[in-house]
Amino acid sequence: MVSEVRNNPSPVLRVEHLSMKFGGLVAINDLNFEAKRGAITALIGPNGAGKTTVFNCITGFYKPTEGMLTMTRQNGEEYLLERMADFVITKKAKVARTFQNIRLFSGLTVLENLLVAQHNPLMLSSGYTILGLLGFPTYKKAAADAIEKARFWLQKINLVERADDPAGDLPYGAQRRLEIARAMCTDPELLCLDEPAAGLNARESAELNQLLLSIREETGTSIILIEHDMSVVMEISDHVIVLEYGTKISDGTPETVKNDPKVIAAYLGVEDEEVVELIEHAAATGSDDITAAVDLLSTEAIQEITETQAEVPVAAKAKTAAKPAAPAIKAGATANALAAPREGESDDLTLIKGIGPVNARRLNEHGIFHFDQIAAWKKADVTAAEAYLAFDGRIAREDWIGQAKKLAKESQGKPAAKKTGGAK
Amino acid sequence: MEYFIQQSINGLTLGSIYGLIAIGYTMVYGIIGMINFAHGDVFMLGAFMAMIVFLALTTFIGGVPVVLALLLMMLVAMLLTGLWSWTIERLAYRPLRGSFRLAPLITAIGMSIALSNFVQVTQGPRNKPIPPLVNGGVTIYGTGITIAYKQMVIVIVTAILLAAFWYLVNRTTLGRAQRSCEQDRKMAALLGIDVDKTISMTFVMGAMLAAVAGTLYLMFYGVISFTDGFTPGVKAFTAAVLGGIGSLPGAVVGGLLIGLIEALWSAYFSIDYKDVAAFSILAIVLIFLPSGILGRPEVEKV
Amino acid sequence: MADIQSSGQDSVYAKAAKEAVFAGIIAFGLFFLVVGFRTDQNINNELVLVQRWGLLAIFVAVAAIGRFIFAAFITPSREQAKLAKSKAPAAAKVDRRSLKAAVSRFGLALLFIYPFVVILILALIQFAVTGQWSFQSGVQGSLKYVDNFGIQILIYVMLAWGLNIVVGLAGLLDLGYVAFYAVGAYSYALLSAHFGLSFWLLLPMAGIFAAMWGIVLGFPVLRLRGDYLAIVTLAFGEIIRLVLINWTVVTKGTFGISGIAKATLFGIPFTPGPTGFAAMFGLPNSGVYYKIFLYYLILFLALLTAWVTIRLRRMPIGRAWEALREDEIACRSLGINTTTTKLTAFATGAMFGGFAGSFFAARQGFVSPESFVFLESAIILAIVVLGGMGSLIGIAIAAAVMIGGTELLRELEFLKLIFGNDFTPELYRMLLFGLAMIVVMVWKPRGFVGNREPSAFLHERKMISSEFTKEGHG
Ligand SMILES: Nc1ncnc2c1ncn2[C@@H]1O[C@H](COP(=O)(O)OP(=O)(O)OP(=O)(O)O)[C@@H](O)[C@H]1O
Ligand SMILES: [Mg+2]
Repeated sequence: MVSEVRNNPSPVLRVEHLSMKFGGLVAINDLNFEAKRGAITALIGPNGAGKTTVFNCITGFYKPTEGMLTMTRQNGEEYLLERMADFVITKKAKVARTFQNIRLFSGLTVLENLLVAQHNPLMLSSGYTILGLLGFPTYKKAAADAIEKARFWLQKINLVERADDPAGDLPYGAQRRLEIARAMCTDPELLCLDEPAAGLNARESAELNQLLLSIREETGTSIILIEHDMSVVMEISDHVIVLEYGTKISDGTPETVKNDPKVIAAYLGVEDEEVVELIEHAAATGSDDITAAVDLLSTEAIQEITETQAEVPVAAKAKTAAKPAAPAIKAGATANALAAPREGESDDLTLIKGIGPVNARRLNEHGIFHFDQIAAWKKADVTAAEAYLAFDGRIAREDWIGQAKKLAKESQGKPAAKKTGGAK
Repeated sequence: MEYFIQQSINGLTLGSIYGLIAIGYTMVYGIIGMINFAHGDVFMLGAFMAMIVFLALTTFIGGVPVVLALLLMMLVAMLLTGLWSWTIERLAYRPLRGSFRLAPLITAIGMSIALSNFVQVTQGPRNKPIPPLVNGGVTIYGTGITIAYKQMVIVIVTAILLAAFWYLVNRTTLGRAQRSCEQDRKMAALLGIDVDKTISMTFVMGAMLAAVAGTLYLMFYGVISFTDGFTPGVKAFTAAVLGGIGSLPGAVVGGLLIGLIEALWSAYFSIDYKDVAAFSILAIVLIFLPSGILGRPEVEKV
Repeated sequence: MADIQSSGQDSVYAKAAKEAVFAGIIAFGLFFLVVGFRTDQNINNELVLVQRWGLLAIFVAVAAIGRFIFAAFITPSREQAKLAKSKAPAAAKVDRRSLKAAVSRFGLALLFIYPFVVILILALIQFAVTGQWSFQSGVQGSLKYVDNFGIQILIYVMLAWGLNIVVGLAGLLDLGYVAFYAVGAYSYALLSAHFGLSFWLLLPMAGIFAAMWGIVLGFPVLRLRGDYLAIVTLAFGEIIRLVLINWTVVTKGTFGISGIAKATLFGIPFTPGPTGFAAMFGLPNSGVYYKIFLYYLILFLALLTAWVTIRLRRMPIGRAWEALREDEIACRSLGINTTTTKLTAFATGAMFGGFAGSFFAARQGFVSPESFVFLESAIILAIVVLGGMGSLIGIAIAAAVMIGGTELLRELEFLKLIFGNDFTPELYRMLLFGLAMIVVMVWKPRGFVGNREPSAFLHERKMISSEFTKEGHG
């Protein structure tokens, strides 16, 4: 399927010279890109870059100031989206979307939400209500089919059990999935997802990836997604477009984008905590060289990406924790601290999400050099480490131990492959 | 031309009264997003208070200078109408704060029905005429345009009140609290603003302006009845929406516009259809300017 | 322990007393002018003041004592009840659905036999009093109950069910619903007067006219949001009423149109003549048959409204209405044309208003603009909200309580014995109506039945709590 897609270059959506101005604010500035049919295209960029605005233009909620949006359906019909009303875009051009702030019909049941999405075909089969009101069998059949379709999607998003509960009662992650299923019930050929992984935990996020991939495989729907979570973006997207201040700064495969210096300069997915750490670091080393700082950050970002990429195939195989047999030298507060790194070389602890260069240095100072050391932490050790790192609860929250176990196993498998040797 | 100017003056006078009432609607709407349907009846109540004060003055004291009488009428009416409005908010609206939007609307309609019938029960169903308070007027030299003194009183009182009110909203702590509650009630509460009190004060201020409007209405027409809350109330609400509900200058502009439309339509077309004209123009304006003339356009953030 | 409790009790009383004094002062301020003085006209038509300090004292006392009782007894007992409730283990869930089904079935059955129950009860009373078994007098006496209570309430039930489609389902705030009622009534009155068309032809026509007006009025304004829509619908209501008043050539203005043809039972008129209903069935002449006929007619029309509403809720259009109420933007993102969806809601609601209007004209035999004031719109809307938006049963209960209650107040002639002959209980009717609206709303902000019944289900039909449903902003 995927290869077939790659061989078929006809774009499902072509965006040309798209501009959107709100008064003086240029939210999108002469944007051009294409979304390939059957592909997952990711739209990324810092907050306020104009990503949602692009979606709003595609789905007709905003009329662009300038530009052309061409949607080509599988049957070859072409639609100029900028000229169409929002609901017609969904109905005729078969573009569906979700919203950054979930917009479910919270007082309707989960099932009803999916039935509302099938409004147009049901309207037809109910003879614009009149035949349905009179009880014609065509509508009864269509209604039953609609429920079956809803059931199919409910199974897919794992919500069959909760079909009869109000949508507003679902937990956040389920609401996000329901919104996607609801969009899918309109039979779209292009699905626009606005930050589908926002607010999801790691497991839900992985499930979401599976859902999106299976949607693409099974229905052939092309997907454009806005996402801040790089693990999602890098794992599932075929193509990435990077926006900053309404302008496209990069466009290509995940590989090319993540190595693009412009993207790196735009602080690709850098978390605020790490910026803080960086500043601390700069203050500690007395250096005020900002380019060095940027360098450091971008390396970190790339490492994070490679790490998440590397993480997935490992995650696929269930594995048991490797039991380290390191001798416990009592130094510092943690039980398994070492006086010096084994073989004189420490693991790159910053590969663990949540550990920045500053924390890596602190850990080193306390005799923690290797993944397996962290992997072997007990509860008391965590508390101790949290004490000197001045963290509370973050180690557990970010699952350092789990991450360390994976990394430990990995570095055992292919020694020295990932050892970049401390912070630069 | 003279005729036009004359009618415009009449329209502006009427519009001033509408504007004063409209401010009450627009302020309450701005701060708690509720249509205070009882506001028209609060206005009527204010006029009744003024009427009773006037009668009390003539009965118990005898000849009081007109200016003093008017001032007293206004002050007492403002005070007591404010108290009414405070009580109404406390009993009928506050318990429903944070509840769903239609609930306070229904209590407001109930309050409107209750207030007008209360006045009917306690004061009788008949019209209440009072002798004219302010007579005469000036004719502008060389033209046939007359401005009655009572029209001047209305315009001057309205102008003074609006200035005072503008100061209150833009330059005082209370006004700042009000504006902040308008923006974000929860945040305002977190920052230590007594939201309940601010809302109460908003109701009281709106009612005070309505009481002044009631006094001026009584002075201008010389008669009041318990049903007189509805039409001016609806007109003032129309004015508030026309100007852009939530916007204070909008309320005044809307009030003046409605007054002008009414006066001019009566003068040139048909007096019977003046209200139809006002309402139709409201509908037409809203079709082209969906949030009124000075209202902030509602951005549909998706 | 007992000491603490009693001192706690004392402090409650002290606090209550303080509040009572405060309430008394406020009440004095409120009522000082409007109750303390009455304005009467003397022979010269001048206003004179009459002082009523006694009445004012009563008002103040009532306020103070009421506040005291409230603060000293009601609030603490309510708090205790709340506490007890929260402590008690989750009470066995009453099966609300089967209860509801039972209530609606029972209510429906009662509605069908209501006129006969009334006749029977009246005849029994007659029998008990005079010892004479006179069925006929029961029939005569039932007129008032069938007409004032049965028909009157059912008209409001039907109107409220019609408006419920617009407000309760689609979430569009319509403050001018009475306009469509007026269109229906005047269509019937005019067409029957000028063309002599029959009721059964004019009934659907009136509905269609009203629906058309709904579309004409709705089309330009339905894109307005929230309270802008509310004021425009109010304005339309007023415009239609003002046109009815002022377009005297056609509508005869405030005089109204009288002598409107009555409805017939499929051609059988309810007249005293030999072809009339009574003669045909060998019954003594009486106006009651027409009333009973009208009762069943409005019952049929109301149930038709309910049936259509229930059916529509399970259709795509009904779901789209409710979805629109929940989130308009999401609706548009799903390919729903919100304009036509709103229009159909508006037109469907208007159509039932039109039916009710033509029924009203046939029942009264007279229409005038007086009957179509804003207050009517307000009452209908209040019934919808008090009943619980979207809930047919709740709305029917609200109509029965509010309209039946105010009709009951007409029957309070005996109060004259207490308060003297000057006392007119009629006067207090609307005052109490308004106060009741406030009290009920504060007591139950979501209405009598706040829960929503889903329109489809996969496993079981669970009621949806009102905390999830939205109320629309249009
Ligand atoms: N309706 C609007 N009116 C005015 N300005 C708007 C409107 N919608 C968006 N903007 C502005 O356009 C810019 C881009 O906003 P947009 O929501 O597209 O950003 P985004 O990339 O989606 O950001 P985020 O990652 O935070 O969701 C912002 O500065 C925003 O304030
Ligand atoms: Mg966004």
